[in-house]
Amino acid sequence: MLHLILFLIFGSICVAGAVNLLVQRHPISSALSLVVVMASLAVEYLLLGAEFVAAVQVIIYAGAVMVLFVFVIMLLNAGAEERTQGSRVALLLGVPGVLVGGVLVAWVLLRQSGTQPVALGALPGYPKIIGNLIFHDFLLPFEVTSILILIAIMGAVVLAGQPATQSQPGEER
Amino acid sequence: MTPSLHLWLIAVLPLIGAAINGLLGRRFSRQTVAAIALGFCGATFVWVLFVAARFSSLEIPHVEIVAPWIRSGGFLVNFEMYLDQLTLVMALVVTGVGFLIHIYSIGYMWEEGGFYRFFSYLNLFMFFMLTLVLAGNYLQMFIGWEGVGLASYLLIGFWFTKDAAAAAGKKAFIVNRIGDFGFLIALFLMIKHFGSLDFLQVFGRVESGLEQGTVSVGLLTTIGILLMVGAAGKSAQIPLYVWLPDAMEGPTPVSALIHAATMVTAGVYMVARSHLIFNHAPDALTVVAVVGTLTALYAATIGIAQTDIKKVLAYSTISQLGYMFMACGVAAYSAGIFHLMTHAFFKGLLFLAAGSVIHAVGGNQDMRSMGGLKHYIPVTFWTMTAGTLAIAGIPPLAGFFSKDEILWQAYQSNGAYWFLGVVTAFLTAFYMFRLWYMTFFGEYRGGAAGPGHDDRHGHGAPHESPNLMLVPLIILAVLSVVGGWIGIQGVFEHFLAPVFNGGKALAEATPEAAGHGTEFLLMALSVTAAGLGWYLAHVLYYRRPELPARIAVALGEFYQAVVHKYYVDEIYAALFVRPLVDGSTRILWHGVDQGVIDAAVNDSAQGARHVSDAARHMQSGNLRSYAGWVAAGGAVVIAYMIWMGVR
Amino acid sequence: MVPLSYYLVLSGILFACGVIGFLIKRNIITIFMSIELMLNGVNLSFVAFAAHWQRLSGQIFVFFVMVVAAAEAAVGLGIIIAVFRTRETLNVDQVNLLKL
Repeated sequence: MLHLILFLIFGSICVAGAVNLLVQRHPISSALSLVVVMASLAVEYLLLGAEFVAAVQVIIYAGAVMVLFVFVIMLLNAGAEERTQGSRVALLLGVPGVLVGGVLVAWVLLRQSGTQPVALGALPGYPKIIGNLIFHDFLLPFEVTSILILIAIMGAVVLAGQPATQSQPGEER
Repeated sequence: MTPSLHLWLIAVLPLIGAAINGLLGRRFSRQTVAAIALGFCGATFVWVLFVAARFSSLEIPHVEIVAPWIRSGGFLVNFEMYLDQLTLVMALVVTGVGFLIHIYSIGYMWEEGGFYRFFSYLNLFMFFMLTLVLAGNYLQMFIGWEGVGLASYLLIGFWFTKDAAAAAGKKAFIVNRIGDFGFLIALFLMIKHFGSLDFLQVFGRVESGLEQGTVSVGLLTTIGILLMVGAAGKSAQIPLYVWLPDAMEGPTPVSALIHAATMVTAGVYMVARSHLIFNHAPDALTVVAVVGTLTALYAATIGIAQTDIKKVLAYSTISQLGYMFMACGVAAYSAGIFHLMTHAFFKGLLFLAAGSVIHAVGGNQDMRSMGGLKHYIPVTFWTMTAGTLAIAGIPPLAGFFSKDEILWQAYQSNGAYWFLGVVTAFLTAFYMFRLWYMTFFGEYRGGAAGPGHDDRHGHGAPHESPNLMLVPLIILAVLSVVGGWIGIQGVFEHFLAPVFNGGKALAEATPEAAGHGTEFLLMALSVTAAGLGWYLAHVLYYRRPELPARIAVALGEFYQAVVHKYYVDEIYAALFVRPLVDGSTRILWHGVDQGVIDAAVNDSAQGARHVSDAARHMQSGNLRSYAGWVAAGGAVVIAYMIWMGVR
Repeated sequence: MVPLSYYLVLSGILFACGVIGFLIKRNIITIFMSIELMLNGVNLSFVAFAAHWQRLSGQIFVFFVMVVAAAEAAVGLGIIIAVFRTRETLNVDQVNLLKL
């Protein structure tokens, strides 16, 4: 019972944050709504027993990625959006499409009311167990993602660095 | 088993010469080119003589299979060489006369451009002609048939920069093609009904088929008539003779070799070779005889009004070929071949001598501006006299024996053939002596020599040709005189008898039985006719040279028609050529080629462009529109998957 | 006791919001945040299934998804900064050079 109530409360906070993200005009407001969504998602993960994931969500996702977003918004001094003409396709095809898709999925899912309920803290995800799995079964993906991060760092530095000045060819490097 | 004589060498040696001259001749000196061409032609002549010497020890017919060619189900065709008396005669004529003409050509063409090309083509022609003559099956003969047509095209149009020559070459090839169509259909019929094209097999199956009743006379008649269509194209008979007068655009040695002595006789050879088919199809024989006779008479009437020396000889050739077909048409094949041989001698001689005359007057070919040349070019004069006497049928020269043999055989079949033949003989003598008088007698009407393609050295008076050209003339003149003596007492006929054994059965009884008296009477009549022709020419062109013009005016329209060759070329052009060209331009070119084929390609390209023009609006560069498409597509896929899952 | 489908519906709602945000928002950064929202929704569904089937690989996958999302955010923002430098605008409709 408690599980359900907690789920519903934090679920609605999630949804409210998501909708707010759509509704807000200024990007910084959208960013902060996203932080709210991520925080409530972290609680949802806790309800499912995924402690490590919840912690990582808050620390990394909300704490690093979203901060990066906020930094960039402030760096670029993005103002509020103006009302300009959007894409007809997006509005006419995309949004209804998504809505229809979402309704369909929801309907299907809710029809299957005989699904097994998930218990509170159903699968405890202790860091120890997760670490064990990562460094044994999922070692390769782990290493590969390390390289991926390395490349991403280099990419971000190159892309966002100062543009090359109009120098003579063959002078630099 | 007789040892192989390597008969294929006879055909292949000139081919090697043609290849060497054709590929490398551009860099050789004229002497080298001439030596190569002459060498290979001479070598093949020597080989034929060698085969002739060994002939009596061979089993006839002597077949040498060189290599297999087509093996398709039960249908077999080999590359094979076939030797019997008929082949030997033809081969000797082709290589002998060809060799002499090669020698002559060296002198005639010495100052022309494209020297190596000429001899390459000439050797190529020899190769194809010998393939035709030595062939052991109809398909190989057809290769030779087409090949000589090709060589003829190349040689007629030798001076291809001249429009008339190029057009004449085209005309020859196209008209020949029409005849070849008939030939091909005959071949197809043979394949269907006899399952083979090999001579021995076809003839064997004809015989057995007739016995068993599987082969009908109608079929043989059809095949015979179709073969005659082919022969009419190649040997310039009605209605496919129109190419031969135009072919005089080519160099004179070409006219001598191809359009007098050898290529045009291929049709006669083919009919003679197929004698077994024709003998069993009397209607086809009648067609052959009628066509031959009519052509002989018709061409002779045109010949009397021509002013170009070579055109007279061209129509004369058509006329003499008509005689040969007349002979074959009354199943007197050996008489036809006999006349073929003597004709090769004297017609070749006449053409070569005409070339010498043309060379002497600096390139002019119009007889009206010749005359009195017998003082300037005596050797040419005497040799041409021999040729003229021979063709007119004056005894004891060659033409008399062969022509008389034909007329005698024709008489035994149907008096009408004989009568028309005699009339033609009269006309032949008339126009030949007309040529003789106009060219060599009277005053020289030439004045300053006109510019002709022969005129390399500045001309003053006409002069004799170099020895290189005169020696073949002399040799051919001797042959024209003595060549007919082989026909006395039927020696020649006896020689060819084993080939035509079946033929004699349908002809009338042997000459001996019909009575010598009739024969001598007919002989006398035809000689008289020839003499009358000579006399008439003498009167009109020697004694009273002003008469012909008055007669021409008096005859008016009719004379004009004859001069214009009865307007046949114009009729053909209006009836066949123009509609074809128009139809081809409008229907095939504009309609099909441009409208359908080009349009299909162009329109499909246009269509692709239109479609892509419409589709490119999707690439708007607008990020959100792309996202919209993705989302919509994703929704469709999800819906589909749900539907599949829920079903 | 919350049925699994509730989690999935929540995940679906988050995802749908993310897509709609991608479609209707004009600011590039906001579009990027919608992408992050989508990823979050998917993460939730991964964890829910992991709990449902008692397999930890779902949570580990979430871990990797987060790593990749972080890398992607870094590079993507770098691109946005580079684009901003040249185009002086964050309006996605004006970054449309890739049209025919």
